[in-house]
Amino acid sequence: MKIARRFAWFLIAATLLVCLNAGFLAPAHYATQFREAPNAPPSRAHWLGTDALGRDLFSRTLYGTRVSLLLAPAAALLSTLLAGLIGGAAGYLGGIWERLAMAVTDLVLSLPWLFLLITVRALLPLDVSPMTSIAVTFLLLGCLGWAASARVLCAGARSLRQAEFVLQARVSGMHGFRLFAVHVLPNLKPVLYAQFWISVPVFILSEANLGVLGLGVAEPMPSWGGLMRELETMWSPMAEAWKLAPLLLLVMVVGSLQLLISREEIPV
Amino acid sequence: MSSVSSVVNNERFAGVNEMVRNVLRHALMIAATALLGGLLTATMVRFAPGFSVDERQLDSRLSPESMQALREARAAERNVVHFYASYLYHAAHGDLGVSRTLNRPVRELLAERWPATLRSAGLGLLLGWVMALTLAVSAAMLRRGTFDVFATLLAGAVLCIPSAVLALLSVFANGPAPLVVALIVFPRLYRYCRNLLAQSYNRPHLITAYAKGIGGPRIFCAHVLPLAGPQLLALAGVSVSMAFGAAIPVEAICGIPGIGQLAWQAALGRDLPLLLTLTVLVTLVTLFANLTSDVVAQVLAPRQG
Amino acid sequence: MIPRAVRWLMLLLWSCTALGFAQSGELRFSLHHEPKTFNPLQAEEDSSDTIVYLTAGVLTRVNRQSQALEPALATSWKITDAGRTITFDLRPNVYFSDGTPFTAGDVAYTMRQLMDPALYSPIADQFRTGNGTVVTRELSPHRISITFSAPLVGLDRLFDQVAIMSEHSPHKEMAVLGPFYVADHKPGAYVLLQRNPNYWKKDAAGHQLPYLEYVRLDIQSNRDAEALRLRRGEIHLINELDSEYYDRLASMAPGTLHDAGPGFDTEQMWFNQVPAAPLPTYKLAWFRSTAFRRAISEAINRADMCRVIYNQHAQPAIGPVSPANHFWFNAALQAHPYDPQSALRRLQQDGFRQQGGKLVDRDGHAVEFSLLTNAEKKSRVQMAAMIQQDLDKIGIKINLVTLDFPSLIERITQTFNYEAVLLGLVNVDLDPNAQMNVWLSSGENHQWNPKQAAPATPWEAEIDKLMRTQASALDPQKRKAAFDRVQQIVWDQEPFIYLVHKNALSAISESVVGAQPVVFRPQTYWNIDTLRLKSGAGGH
Repeated sequence: MKIARRFAWFLIAATLLVCLNAGFLAPAHYATQFREAPNAPPSRAHWLGTDALGRDLFSRTLYGTRVSLLLAPAAALLSTLLAGLIGGAAGYLGGIWERLAMAVTDLVLSLPWLFLLITVRALLPLDVSPMTSIAVTFLLLGCLGWAASARVLCAGARSLRQAEFVLQARVSGMHGFRLFAVHVLPNLKPVLYAQFWISVPVFILSEANLGVLGLGVAEPMPSWGGLMRELETMWSPMAEAWKLAPLLLLVMVVGSLQLLISREEIPV
Repeated sequence: MSSVSSVVNNERFAGVNEMVRNVLRHALMIAATALLGGLLTATMVRFAPGFSVDERQLDSRLSPESMQALREARAAERNVVHFYASYLYHAAHGDLGVSRTLNRPVRELLAERWPATLRSAGLGLLLGWVMALTLAVSAAMLRRGTFDVFATLLAGAVLCIPSAVLALLSVFANGPAPLVVALIVFPRLYRYCRNLLAQSYNRPHLITAYAKGIGGPRIFCAHVLPLAGPQLLALAGVSVSMAFGAAIPVEAICGIPGIGQLAWQAALGRDLPLLLTLTVLVTLVTLFANLTSDVVAQVLAPRQG
Repeated sequence: MIPRAVRWLMLLLWSCTALGFAQSGELRFSLHHEPKTFNPLQAEEDSSDTIVYLTAGVLTRVNRQSQALEPALATSWKITDAGRTITFDLRPNVYFSDGTPFTAGDVAYTMRQLMDPALYSPIADQFRTGNGTVVTRELSPHRISITFSAPLVGLDRLFDQVAIMSEHSPHKEMAVLGPFYVADHKPGAYVLLQRNPNYWKKDAAGHQLPYLEYVRLDIQSNRDAEALRLRRGEIHLINELDSEYYDRLASMAPGTLHDAGPGFDTEQMWFNQVPAAPLPTYKLAWFRSTAFRRAISEAINRADMCRVIYNQHAQPAIGPVSPANHFWFNAALQAHPYDPQSALRRLQQDGFRQQGGKLVDRDGHAVEFSLLTNAEKKSRVQMAAMIQQDLDKIGIKINLVTLDFPSLIERITQTFNYEAVLLGLVNVDLDPNAQMNVWLSSGENHQWNPKQAAPATPWEAEIDKLMRTQASALDPQKRKAAFDRVQQIVWDQEPFIYLVHKNALSAISESVVGAQPVVFRPQTYWNIDTLRLKSGAGGH
């Protein structure tokens, strides 16, 4: 396990380093179209080949990683915190608060937020900068993604309410938010970590789906989600194996993330 | 004797009374939430851009009168409160409105499509739980590092593949749609289950039990499962709406005539009656699923240590 | 022992079926969404149009291959009274699919339905000129004359779109005169059409058409899945193929893919010229300058688009009418050249100048605007990305914004909150009269500046005059001269910057016999009644 964890650290650090220096390391700008060579296989000039418009896929992967790798974990953190606060507090407080919070959670799970997202896009000016657009996108994702785990956290906090150590802390004079933060929240960590780990790739992929509505990353800027959407048009994985590169990278990063998180989690 | 039996009867009556009050309270809560959800949906759809326009307006063969008629076709839906009140009134009489995009009564549309969605989402959810639990229980019971890494990588890999790609792969391989829904849902369920089970395993009294030599399956059934029970049940309730959400792209791509296919078309066409009914339906299903899991958790709670 | 005569008979029967002479086979292809209606007069979208084409009997039929008008249910017709009246001689001894006889009364009934003021459909609107009253006179059970209140150009061709409905049949619109009728419909899954035993057409040898027994239309919205199913042989054809699938299906049998040449559709980009638009005045000034639009057009490399995005299955666009429209295309026009230097010169003459690698206008504003397009069409997004690159070379920055289609329509028809848009136009009709609302400055579809009270520019006023001329002149040559001039003005002023004419691509399995794909919709099954399946392929 130790070797695996070391490898995970190395992978994440290397990925971060490489994509932060994308400006130096990328052989071409992500928007430059090499129109004589669309859909080209890997070669010396284009290490991962080119896409349908002749843009270098290696460069696009580097730049796309930068956007996704920095913003998706931030959004995942936001949604995890919201879930922890809302779900945990609801279970901890119980009674009318719990019922209210769970009703809100169920609504957030069921409503078609697509229309809210479309409205948000309409409110933004057309020439909004790409960074603003993508920041808004991930902010929205973070604000909407907490509902599923909030319910689980509520059930967990509810059962912790009666736990011995909580009763003991109460008797010794700890109350309210301090009690919640020191004793209840840390015991909800497994669910919080699970929520965080799931949210990262889910948000990365959702960002691409939101591109259909005008949110997300604006062309020609690449994003991991956008690169993955191109997989829909790939029919023979064997013939065009290099197009799987972003997927493989994402799988490895997500796997490494879990190995790192599990260190803080329960030892297995 | 009669006084004792009457006391017992009174208690029983009080118990039934309490239960009826509980049920009524829950029913009221569900109804109120669903109604609120409907109103919010109607408002969001009404005020989202693209509501009062129609794709047909781009057809240059239409006369000015026809264009005007197209614009006024939505007049009845402009006032949200008015429309919602009228919708509720008709719904109470069994009329759920007429779909704008498909020109048919919403009730008919739902009646013919819900079996397909029940199959794809329902079976998919069941299969997803089976896969997730198998993997999570194995990981928790075996307590082997390598197995855990393998399971994580597997779940992570499936999680990273976009739903559309999974659905297309299944069309390519002629696979069943419930399998795709299962694959979409299983990584999330696996992660939560594994973490919850592992947390339960690491309680001090269980470590003691292990040390004392009590067998694995016995510990699992008698101690671990009940500890993680409430949260697993809550997860089960939430997974119903996860499955519905997963069914939408899967049905669209695999060509299954279910409710998910309707939902996407309705969203693009801003079909308010259909969207409203679908949302209220999904809200009710979610609320019932979560209520059921809460009730089951409460029923099982006294057994917990 | 089987008697020798019976054995010979069996051999004969077997050989007949083997040669495919017996009507047999189920042709399968996809509809992209659930049909909205089975009423032929209300059909407005692809799926309903497909079903109407396959089931409808019409008086006159435009032959999709020759683009000429042919008799169908009407054996002959005459247009009199300066284009106001048309008299049809109807085919005798024809019956609807349920046995009801076809007479002039059915035609009169259909016209009454069509002219009903409560019916809002593009087909009906094309007949509504003047005050919209129509008088029908049944001169005999097989002869009818229809008089309109104002002359209609191309009157006989318009009847290609009017499906004749039965006045007396208890099945109403389900009783049809076409080659097939709707036998089964599973909502969301498929529509099954069955051979109409009473179809009036026979082939040259006297066999009753159609040859096919069934046509099954599966509802499949995803194009990738559709292409996969064609590869597996589950469907027999893809009527309108995107160019990206053309090359990916190239590994199939060579006779499967067909490129019929440039189609009628156009892909174009335009700038917002609405005076009341919520744009800064300096941007409106750019968009209203012809030199600016011409320069943008010259800076776009259309040849690259055709090569990279469409893999040569498209050609640079010339104007609103594609060369495939033999009669109406103005052959004197050529595609706009790709010449960034000339573009820069035009801009400089218009007061723009280069400053630090960027283009700025005379007041120092950097030339930057947003280009909208709808995300559902991948090729459009790619075209916009290529335009972004091309204009970047002359110092213009474009922000590419993809929106969902309803939001896009709201911006271009209601709020006018946009700067430039890239969209495509599907031309169902060959006749430019169908595009009156696009070219008239008061028209609703005059996209860059719709519903003007008075023409905003002299050239729009001239186009108004020319379109009215072609709408009232009965001599086809006079109409053509007027519309040729409209095409020339559009070429000079470029309110729409036309990008490419896509080729009409289709895929037809080799087990389909008799298919002759063309450009005119429906491309592959226009001759559905003479299509056959090779025996052994596609039973029910």
